[in-house]
Amino acid sequence: MKVLDHIGAPHSNNSAGRPLNVSRRGFLAGSMSALVLTVALPVGSGQAIAQAAQGTPGSRIDAYLEILSDSTVKFRSAFVEGGQGIYTAMAQIVGEELDVDPVNFQVETAPPGPDYLLIGGQMRFTGGSMSVRTSYDAMRKLGATARQMLLQAASVRLGVPVEELSTEPGQVIHTVTGQSIPYGDLAEAAADLPVPETVELRSNDSFRWIGKPQDRLDVRDKSTGRAQYAIDLTLEDMLFGAVQHAPRLGQEPGDVANEADVAAMPGVHSIHKLPGAMAVLADSWWRARMAVEKLEVSWNEAPAGTLHAMPADFSSEGRKEMLKATPGEGIAFETEGDAAAALASSARVIEAAYDAPYLAHGQLEPPSALVRFNDDGSLEMWVPNQAPEMFQGDAAKVAGISTDKVIIHSPMLGGFFGRHFLYQTANPYPQAIMLSRASGRPVKLLWSREEEFLRDPVRPIGTVRFRAGIGEDGLPVAFDAVAVGEGPTGRWYGRQPGKVDSSSVEGIAGKPYAIANRRVGQIHVDDPAIIGFWRSVGHSMNDFFYETFFDEMADAGEQDPYELRLKLLEKSPRHKTLLEAVGDLSGGWKRGPFEAEDGTRRARGVAMASPFGSEVATIAEVSLKDGEVVVHDIWVAIDPGSIVNPAIIEAQVNSAVALGLSSALLEEVVYTDGMPEARNYDMYPILPPERMPRVHVRIAESGAPMGGIGEPGLPGVPPAVVNALAVLTGERIRSLPLSKYDFSGANG
Amino acid sequence: MELNINGSRHEIDVEPDTPLLWVLRDTLGMTGTKYGCGLAQCGACTVLVDGYATRTCVTPVESVVGSEITTIEAIEEDPVGKKVVEAWVDNQVPQCGYCQSGQVMAATSLLKENASPSEEDIAAAMINLCRCGTYNAISKAVRQAAEA
Repeated sequence: MKVLDHIGAPHSNNSAGRPLNVSRRGFLAGSMSALVLTVALPVGSGQAIAQAAQGTPGSRIDAYLEILSDSTVKFRSAFVEGGQGIYTAMAQIVGEELDVDPVNFQVETAPPGPDYLLIGGQMRFTGGSMSVRTSYDAMRKLGATARQMLLQAASVRLGVPVEELSTEPGQVIHTVTGQSIPYGDLAEAAADLPVPETVELRSNDSFRWIGKPQDRLDVRDKSTGRAQYAIDLTLEDMLFGAVQHAPRLGQEPGDVANEADVAAMPGVHSIHKLPGAMAVLADSWWRARMAVEKLEVSWNEAPAGTLHAMPADFSSEGRKEMLKATPGEGIAFETEGDAAAALASSARVIEAAYDAPYLAHGQLEPPSALVRFNDDGSLEMWVPNQAPEMFQGDAAKVAGISTDKVIIHSPMLGGFFGRHFLYQTANPYPQAIMLSRASGRPVKLLWSREEEFLRDPVRPIGTVRFRAGIGEDGLPVAFDAVAVGEGPTGRWYGRQPGKVDSSSVEGIAGKPYAIANRRVGQIHVDDPAIIGFWRSVGHSMNDFFYETFFDEMADAGEQDPYELRLKLLEKSPRHKTLLEAVGDLSGGWKRGPFEAEDGTRRARGVAMASPFGSEVATIAEVSLKDGEVVVHDIWVAIDPGSIVNPAIIEAQVNSAVALGLSSALLEEVVYTDGMPEARNYDMYPILPPERMPRVHVRIAESGAPMGGIGEPGLPGVPPAVVNALAVLTGERIRSLPLSKYDFSGANG
Repeated sequence: MELNINGSRHEIDVEPDTPLLWVLRDTLGMTGTKYGCGLAQCGACTVLVDGYATRTCVTPVESVVGSEITTIEAIEEDPVGKKVVEAWVDNQVPQCGYCQSGQVMAATSLLKENASPSEEDIAAAMINLCRCGTYNAISKAVRQAAEA
């Protein structure tokens, strides 16, 4: 038993207790155990080397797929599965061209490597609703190329021209003679053939799986407890780790009053001081947690100037007021015409200030890290992550080894919503690496829900000031917005001085409405909190700000908000069509208030958003009950250009509606004295089942370039709800969440 | 202590106040039952104890000695549980799936007690949290399982 000083400097002595196999359900579990045939480039051939050197990500077949002897496919997805259905989408896209039924795919997330950098050919992450749209063409070509090689192999085998051959799912067919050969029998021969330089893709009208509501590959395992997440994995001889984080970020552990008592608790292996935390390793997680929470730790304040140290007097309320009071027009991000001049000459000018709070991710699987140092000096990690290469690089730095010595496994995520990017102070694996090094044992570190709430990288707080000029005809002629705060993209991927981080203004800028004079500016103010990406990022609040202010403009000009949108979209047919579609889906636009069949007084609100390459129009129907907002129905028309799986799109829209509504109704991370107040769902309520509205989805395929799906359904929900609420109450809500207000006085 | 889980007896040696959840997950390696909050807020840890949905993160293991415990690992061996699983698959309920073991257990408990639940009965019983917002699919699947 020992208490270690701050572990941070890696050392090389880790020879004790070498673990053996991971007791993880492997890729091949339940399938062919013997022969794994790979459609591979011939190793060592000049061609293979040339191909690898050219290295177009997404082109090397054996990096992605193996055809097993039973003609099923083992596929490595560049993207992590976390509920968005990407494994199924990959199987549909590749299976369509390869001619293998998607149900015969087994999919797992690919390890780090240049082959998988499909985003712009340079990056890989699972986020930004990017996965399908950035990989669609490459994955189709990959499947078609593999199919062509199987056809060539069959041509040699049967001694017939390749032109006489065709495929049916999982086999090559020679129609003339009625012969067929399963893919599994051809894979080895195909692997020795040259890779064709060009291949023909299927015509869209002959798709069997793309564009169809294919069942998800993981649903049965997820309905029977068999799906495994990082939290479920174990290693032989591992220790369980639990932490007690410093209550305020930046504090460091000092004296421990009861170290000996805790060390004597059952199952405790060792007690460790880590940067910003205390940890206990034990023979079960519950024992580790009981022990670490019993530690009486003196937390020392961070020395002045410590990066990311949270000020002791920080509060979210103070931050909000400070942002609202920050003067100026900011750096211009989007300008059209002359907003200042148009405002000065407008018949009527309206102003409003909006704000939205910090938000927690609240994904139900708490973060964990399972790590082990192998005998060969490599570090192996099983960690929830949205970016394997980034985690690999950072883990190498923490461990003090080269990047190629870090093996990353990316299990299914128990929800992510932006939680599992690389965030300083918010990922458990640096702690796990230090603990494994110190103990010489594999370590499974799990953050309790309370420790997670303490270190979750929050959706930033945001504020915006609007001004609009309304013309004599009631139409807006000038629009001016100044957003004040910080966006997460600039925080984590580098903010260029003098330039606006688009994640701080997306959803205020980039709107399609024809307003002749516009300016969107931004004032950057560093956020003391660790901020992160949260489903739909800047759009999660900015479309709320814009689209509710839009209704204020409509009211000021005595226009119906739906009709005004239509009018301002006259020259934007894609948007206008979509707005009409959601109107139609909802049975025809009616703002209300009106009396529903059950006698309640209801109203509807509308909002539009252009997030992540897709277009969305949303209508919400709302009433009031006992001073609380009740949302009955949400109608969403979404145009992602073109689609892969309509069933998954409908599920994702349902999910985005739930999260968007949760944020509008309930969610707010409150900081006082530099610490988040809520440490669990009791103090940070998330949408419960009884507040889930009916969700109606219409998918429109305009044929525009493919957009995203995971996030776009979210941003329209808060403004549609709040716009409906304003009809019921006659008052504008400009600050979320709605649970801050009691609407008992309203005529609901 | 001896526990009766999925029809098998398990001898375990832990502190009597250890939550059943951690005995299942870490002592016995039955990881289908999930940890979400530890406060009986979310329901991801739900199992059946003598047929009733029970949140194991706050259930001391000593309190279930002598009870029949059913976990998600054995849910398909139960005729009602099997119907629920099939309805979950038919309706493509799970997204991330992390809460779904608990949801399936809650639905099974409801239908064992009440074979023809009303909408209100379903709403009263299906109170586990789902951050992916699969609530509409869940209630549809419960209705289908009830009719199956």
